[in-house]
Parts: sequence; structure tokens; C-alpha cells
Amino acid sequence: MFNDLAFIIGTSLMYSTPLIYTALGGTISENGGVVNIGLEGMMSFGAFMAAAIGFYSGNPWIGFLAGGLAGMSLALLHAIATVTYRADHVVSGIALNFLGPGLALFLSRLMFEGATMTRPLDLTNKIPQPLRSFFAEGNGPFQRNGFFGIILNQYATVYLVFFLVALVWFFLYRTRFGLRLRSVGEHPEAADSLGINVFRMKYIAVLLSGAMAGFGGAAMSIAVVSRFSPTLISGQGFIALAAMIFGKWKPQGAMLASLMFGFAQGLAIYLGNPRVGVNVPGEILSMIPYVLTLIILIFQGKLLGRTVGPRALGKPFYKS
Amino acid sequence: MNRFKKVALMMGMLLAVMALGFAGGGSQAATPAAEGTVSIAMVTDVGGINDQSFNQSAWEGLQRAQSELGVKVSYVESNQSADYPRNLETLVDSNNDLIWGIGFLMGDVLLAEAQNNPTQKYAIIDVAYADTPSNLIGVVFREQEPSFLVGYIAGKMTESNKVGFVGGVKFALIEKFEYGFRAGVASANPDAEVYVQYAESFTDAAAGKAIATQFYQQGADIVFHAAGGVGDGVIEAAREQGRWAIGVDRDQNDLAPENVLTSAMKRVDNAMFNVAKELAAGRFAGGTTVEYGLAEGGVGIAPSSNKHVPADILAEVQQIENRITTGALQVPFDMATFEAFMAAQ
Repeated sequence: MFNDLAFIIGTSLMYSTPLIYTALGGTISENGGVVNIGLEGMMSFGAFMAAAIGFYSGNPWIGFLAGGLAGMSLALLHAIATVTYRADHVVSGIALNFLGPGLALFLSRLMFEGATMTRPLDLTNKIPQPLRSFFAEGNGPFQRNGFFGIILNQYATVYLVFFLVALVWFFLYRTRFGLRLRSVGEHPEAADSLGINVFRMKYIAVLLSGAMAGFGGAAMSIAVVSRFSPTLISGQGFIALAAMIFGKWKPQGAMLASLMFGFAQGLAIYLGNPRVGVNVPGEILSMIPYVLTLIILIFQGKLLGRTVGPRALGKPFYKS
Repeated sequence: MNRFKKVALMMGMLLAVMALGFAGGGSQAATPAAEGTVSIAMVTDVGGINDQSFNQSAWEGLQRAQSELGVKVSYVESNQSADYPRNLETLVDSNNDLIWGIGFLMGDVLLAEAQNNPTQKYAIIDVAYADTPSNLIGVVFREQEPSFLVGYIAGKMTESNKVGFVGGVKFALIEKFEYGFRAGVASANPDAEVYVQYAESFTDAAAGKAIATQFYQQGADIVFHAAGGVGDGVIEAAREQGRWAIGVDRDQNDLAPENVLTSAMKRVDNAMFNVAKELAAGRFAGGTTVEYGLAEGGVGIAPSSNKHVPADILAEVQQIENRITTGALQVPFDMATFEAFMAAQ
């Protein structure tokens, strides 16, 4: 009974983590006024680079950083297109969603003898599970397959993401930098008139968002599993985007929405387990996360107030 | 000026995407080959020629046909399903004796092509048409047979008497794996319990990891998957929990050398080679669906099985293989045949 609960919580955390990274990325970019639907492509490329560099360097953290840099490199293209050349944000994002996986496959063929997937990392070369040695093998509450073990024996990327949520919140709402960033997303002309370098702020926001999406991909390829394959990132970037909007463009909201989605996935898998004995077809169970999202979206307006994004979101800025 | 810049930038990005698309795959038709009277070409499914799965296996079969039979072989890669018709057309224009489509996703497109070009010979992997045109062969595999063998190994080797099966999406093709496996487990070890769960996806690796982890936490010590990319998660769960996983389609031992016990293999290469051999001898079984099982060398267990499976169990597996090959043992492939099989036990 308690272990069942632990399984749902543990699975939610595993599922949500890549989404939270990526949704945080979306939050930063959109608070700076740049729509980023290229998150999926950045995640994909980040997942590949993390797995490839992680494999060749033998160090998961170098791989993790490489994933962030890979996401950032695609984000740079997005920033050049949307900020400098004022291209349509959605069009540029869609192009990146093609470019990311394409680049990943192309480089994979170069680096792994023509294969479209990377070779798996050894368990010891993956992102570490910091509390693993604390939990001994076994089923007792404080053992690896017991209540606290199942919930707390997570990869370092899981703990890191909650720290980053707090950090992004602090930067956005408690620092001068965050205030400026949000002002650029709300009213760039006003920000400009006060001497804020709007272009620079937007570039920083988009680059940080790419790094976060890259970390999200890395959290998938070198923590949840241990290699990149072409189907590894299939839709997580879009779910993260939805979570960010659902979370009202706030880091804590994006986190809660991602957790809720992860929880629904964990619940669906738990209910589908033959020993739980819920006799519902798997197709229905796999709809739970999406149906739940729809229901909450419908009632969100009533419960949490209107959902409004940054006012100048997606609009080009012309320096007068 | 600004509008011009915008357009130029978009064009540039589009070109970059297209360039990558071609570099990353695209058409590499008409690979130069040895002189031969018969020429055979194939269109890959998405994933490319080195996908470590069907496409690669299919191409290996054709390459063997080239070196042993002297037929001319070539391939065209598909980057997305929209490429199938164009790639198939390209091969018709380049005068191939036989055109292969790899994978059931190409089923409808290839059937339409075959009907439009009645003089061109076609063949396809993993599709059994209800009504096959006379210029087309459907090739299917008895996946239940290797699944039975790995199920037998699992039944013999489980210490907890609990094993698991993770399926991709529940439809007839994947159920062949499930019921073959369950029958194999039951015939080796009537006391063993089999947990079965479908991920309702072929790509969600996290779902595969969660399902398998829960099986292991409930005491299962061996989990078999027939779930494509979901299986990456299953094998990862086996590594983290220090238990056994059983791979599918190809020898997946390289993914986790200490944890992949064996694999239920589909020898697409052998099927491709056999059809090529027939064609080189002037025979073509058009209008039919050809089934490849153990007897035809179309399926089997992984060569790496001897690493972890004791020799006496492998010897028993060999005996079962013989019984299946001779027809003495009929392996169930769906719920009805499975229940009949269990009733006869």
C-alpha cells in the first residue's frame, strides 16, 4: 500500500524532471517576450549531445553541460532570427524543431559509425544517484525498494531541477535583472526609454531558455535512460510548453504543472499494473494525463484567475 | 529592407534544414554493385540504414545476396513516412527486378504502388494483405516461436517464479510475442506467474522504465519486452535493479551486457536473402504471404544467449526448437490459441 504510493510519487518525479527543466526554459524566454516553441528541437539536440559527449568523456557532468550548450547553440539561432531580424517567433521555432533532431541524427552518424543512436553509458558513468548508497538492497521502508528508497533514490538531475526552480524564481522576482527581464517582456519601449538594453536582455533570455531545454534533454538521455535514440524525445518539449502556459508563465507554476503531468503518468502506469487489478483498457489509462490536463484547464480560469502571458510576447521590438 | 532580411533568413534556415535532411539520409540510390542479372532494391523505414534494427538487418540480407548470388542491390532511405511513395517511385524508374518495402508502416503505400505498376515485382516485410496482388509478396514472421523459446528460458531461470512482459501497443503483432512468451514460461515452469503490461507507446522510454521497475519491485526477476524505444527503459530498469531483461528483434546484449539474458530475434536478413535466392533462380511467389518461422531460419534466439544461460537449459531449448520445426509443437499466438494450449497442458 505505502510502496504503491511511493511508486506513484517516484515515477512522477522521474517523468516530471525533464519537463520541469524545459518548462523553466520556456518561462525565462517568454518572460523576456520571445515565444519559444523550438523547445522540443533544443531538447532533442541537448539529449543527443549529452549522451554523445557523456559517452566519449566518461563524465556525466561534462555531458550534462554539453547538453545545455547544445540547446543554447540552437537558441542562438532563434535569438538571431527573432530578436535581431524580428522574424515570426513561431516559424523560427518550428524550423528549430526540424533542425534539432536532424542535427542530432547527422552528428550521431558521424560519431557512432553511421548509427542513429549513441552507445549506452555504463551505469557508473551516468548522472549519479546521490542517495543510492544510503539505501541498502531490500524492501524495508528505508531500503532501496521500500517507501523512502523508491521516492528519494533519484538521480541528481531531479534534486538539481528543484534548486533551479527556486533560483529562477529568485532571479525573476527578487533581483533587478529579473525585473528588467520581465519589463522587456511586458513593455519593451518603456524599458528601452529607461535605458535597458532590450536586445541584450532578450538574447540572454533566449540563450538561458535553450540551455534549460538542453538540460531537460540531458536529464532524459543520461539519467532516465543511458543513451540517445531518435524516438527518445517525442513530444516532451511540447508538453513542457503547455506546462509553462498552464503554470501562468511562472517558474513555480511551470513546476507544479509538470509535476501534475508526471503524476498522471505515474498513476496511469500504476493502474495498468496487473496486480493492482483495475480492469480498465490500457488505451483509456493512457488518456489520463491528457484528460486531466483538459479538466484542469477548463476549471483553471474559475479557480486561479485568468491566464495572461507577458503583454509584448511574440511582438517584434523596434528601437525608436 | 526588413522584410527582405526576414525572408532571406527564413530561406537560409530552410536550406539548412534541407541540407541536413539530405546529409543525414536522403536518397543514396543505386549503390554501385557487382555485375548481376537480377537487381533488387529496398526502401527503408524511418530510422535509416544503420538503425540497429530491421533496416540494417534487411540491408545485411541484401548484401549477402550480392556477395553470394551476384545480384545487384541498392537502397533508398526514408526520413519520414511522407518519403515512402517518392522513394518507391524512384526505384520503379531505375529498373529494379524487385522492390522491397521494410516495415508495416509502408503497407498501404506499397499496396497502392503495386496496383499502379502491375509489371513491377514488390515484396514487403511484416505485412499480410487480405488480398495480395500477383506482383507482390508479403513476408511475415512467427514471432511467437522465438518468444516461446525465451519464455522457456525465463521459466527455467526465474528464482522468484515471477516474470514480466512489457508490450508496446496492444495489437495482433505484439500479442504474438505476449502469448508465445506466456506459453513458453508455462511449459517450463507451471508455477511461474507472468505480469503483463502494455505501455500504449513505442517511444516512451520513461514508461517502459516505470513499468519494468514496478515488476521488479513486485518480485519479478526477468522481464521480456516487445516495445521498440520503450524497451530502452525496460533494459535500463534491469540494469538499475540488477535483474534480467530479455531483448527483442535483434541481439540486444550490447545495450547491457550483464543484464540482457537473451533476445527473441527476427531474422529479416534471412528472409530477404531467401526471396533473393528464389528470384535469382527465376521463382517469385507473387500473390502470397510467406511466413518465416524457426523452420525457415526466419526467427531465433540471440547468439549471445550462451553468455548467461546455462548449457543444459540451452540444450532443452534446442530440443524444443526441433519440436517446433517439425510441427510437433504448435506455439500459440493469440488469446484463443493460448487458452487451447494451456488446456492441453
